[in-house]
Amino acid sequence: MLTEKDITPYLEERRGDLLRFAQLQLGERQRAEDVVQETLMAALNGGKGFERRSQVKSWVFGILKHKIIDEIRRSDRERRLGDIAPEGDEVLVEQLFNRHGFWRGETRPSRWVDPDESLENRQFWQIFEACLTHLPDRTARVFMMREILELETKEICANLGISTSNCWVILHRARLGLRHCLSREWFEEER
Amino acid sequence: MMNCKHATRLLSESLERRLGPVEKGMLRLHTSMCSGCRQFGVQTRELRQICRAYTPMEEAEDDRDEDRQGR
Repeated sequence: MLTEKDITPYLEERRGDLLRFAQLQLGERQRAEDVVQETLMAALNGGKGFERRSQVKSWVFGILKHKIIDEIRRSDRERRLGDIAPEGDEVLVEQLFNRHGFWRGETRPSRWVDPDESLENRQFWQIFEACLTHLPDRTARVFMMREILELETKEICANLGISTSNCWVILHRARLGLRHCLSREWFEEER
Repeated sequence: MMNCKHATRLLSESLERRLGPVEKGMLRLHTSMCSGCRQFGVQTRELRQICRAYTPMEEAEDDRDEDRQGR
């Protein structure tokens, strides 16, 4: 069984990873620092009793997600932004579809080989993060709120002060972009 | 026929809301003929699974060893 002595250095080592994620989600360094600090405190108090560090890992990330959600809900900072035409997206759409709106030959999706196996691969996750950060900022944030923090679209729209249809457009662009990036950078290499 | 840009938008929205019967019919017709959009539909769902599995903390090699021994 793990003790506080095992967990403390482990959490310190992972602090940078947590911070990077929180900053992507919250945009500001200071807010990210605060949330990570709270998470580490909570983790230290409750992390004893686990058998393996990998269990601690998903548990700590779960705490961080909740703290980020609380912070998003608490703050109305996001609300000023209003509807946007997702930045940089027209370029992506033109890159993927021809002028009639059909897939260009080279961007047409083809089967991903064994995606489940990729989840076990460290390099896959590095590419996944790179693809996420490659999306326009606001697009990435809406997508992560939806798919990683697992908030409902309704709440995301309300929080960001954007309309539901704008939210759907942003999610569509995010999925197009991320899918394309993962195919190009990871799955096609395996073929 | 509905184009791929429109079809992928509906496929993405089907994860957010229930599509209407007309939308569903048009989408089914499109994907029956378009392998690219069929794959897009499958992969947006896979993308959701990938996101649920994501933890940003990089795993050190010894975590894996430890895990294997622990199993």
